[in-house]
Amino acid sequence: MSSATVASEAIPAEVGRPLLECRVLVKRFGQTPALDGASLSLGAAEIVAVMGPSGSGKSTLLHCAAGILAPDAGEVIYDGREVGRLPDSERSRLRRSEFGFVFQFGRLVPELSCAENVALPLRLAGVPRRRARDQAGEWLGRLEVADLAGRLPGDVSGGQGQRVAVARALVTGPRVVFADEPTGALDSLNGERVMQLLTSAARQSGAAVVLVTHEARVAAYADREVIVRDGRTHAR
Amino acid sequence: MSISKAFLGLLEDGPSYGYDLKREYDARFGLDRPVAYGQVYATLSRLLKHGFVTVEAIEPGDGPERKRYAITPEGVADVEQWLGEPERPDLYLQSTLYAKVVIALRSGREAIEILDTQRAEHLRLMRELTRRKMDGTLVDQLVCDHALFHLEADLRWLELTAARLDELAGAVTA
Repeated sequence: MSSATVASEAIPAEVGRPLLECRVLVKRFGQTPALDGASLSLGAAEIVAVMGPSGSGKSTLLHCAAGILAPDAGEVIYDGREVGRLPDSERSRLRRSEFGFVFQFGRLVPELSCAENVALPLRLAGVPRRRARDQAGEWLGRLEVADLAGRLPGDVSGGQGQRVAVARALVTGPRVVFADEPTGALDSLNGERVMQLLTSAARQSGAAVVLVTHEARVAAYADREVIVRDGRTHAR
Repeated sequence: MSISKAFLGLLEDGPSYGYDLKREYDARFGLDRPVAYGQVYATLSRLLKHGFVTVEAIEPGDGPERKRYAITPEGVADVEQWLGEPERPDLYLQSTLYAKVVIALRSGREAIEILDTQRAEHLRLMRELTRRKMDGTLVDQLVCDHALFHLEADLRWLELTAARLDELAGAVTA
């Protein structure tokens, strides 16, 4: 993708435009460059793997794409709108309702049960308690961990915890799921199962996925891959 | 993959006909490369000659007679010996890809492009195998995983080689 000359305003609402687009992003942490002109394009319901060696900038790219980090230069366009120009409240709404997140170590709230963890994004979005609980239960079932509903995250295995995290990411019906090394802390068998469940559930619900991984077997669950090397992307 | 050993292994379940052996072999081990009929009967003749199978019954059919083959104790011993022997690990030191990288580096061409092209092709095949795995049975998963782990090992080599290209260029042109 080449878009260095794209104007920063007036994004045309084209038919078939990407759902999410990162254009020539630059991001530094102090003197350390993390992104040096990285671009990424994601279609609706598309699963794209972002691959690259450790320190290549792939997680920074995900964080910028998801509006968690603001790039120093470049633009992130979501659904035709530049994320950097949105008010904080709207960016928060996007992250809460339109985006879902799965991280390497689950990041479940340890004091809440697995079902409460899955219901949490719904509750934050204002869904009544009972409906949130029912939907959480349904998603735990789809991820084959319905029996863990009442358990605390500390009492379940890493693979089970990641399934709960996937349920939490998908429960709000997001349009994009950001998964940062979702199998990084799992053994091969659990990693495979989590990937099968994550990609099947995302495809069934029509969610697009940005999947950051350094493992080719994990990336093979995606529709295509983007390679990040020294903060720059190389798409094939 | 030795077809004769696989046939003997399948015959350990009970006597069978050449056609049924072929069908079972194709379903379990053949994947995209089914065994040819000529090969089926050549293999069975060889096994007969070595005394590893016998013809247990001959039945008249619509066309030629059908022979039902059974494994002999010598055949069982041959399977056991085969199962107990380790396979020689494949070595890839003479791989075409390695040669391409060296030739590109020696001639000042862009070796990174060779590696990137190959990586894309490996990943394409890995995606195909992953799809097949997700739609398949546990046995399909076993076969696909075996291929996927090997492809992943190749990719790790591609990645490491990409990271060392400058150093390698010096070494192969010295």
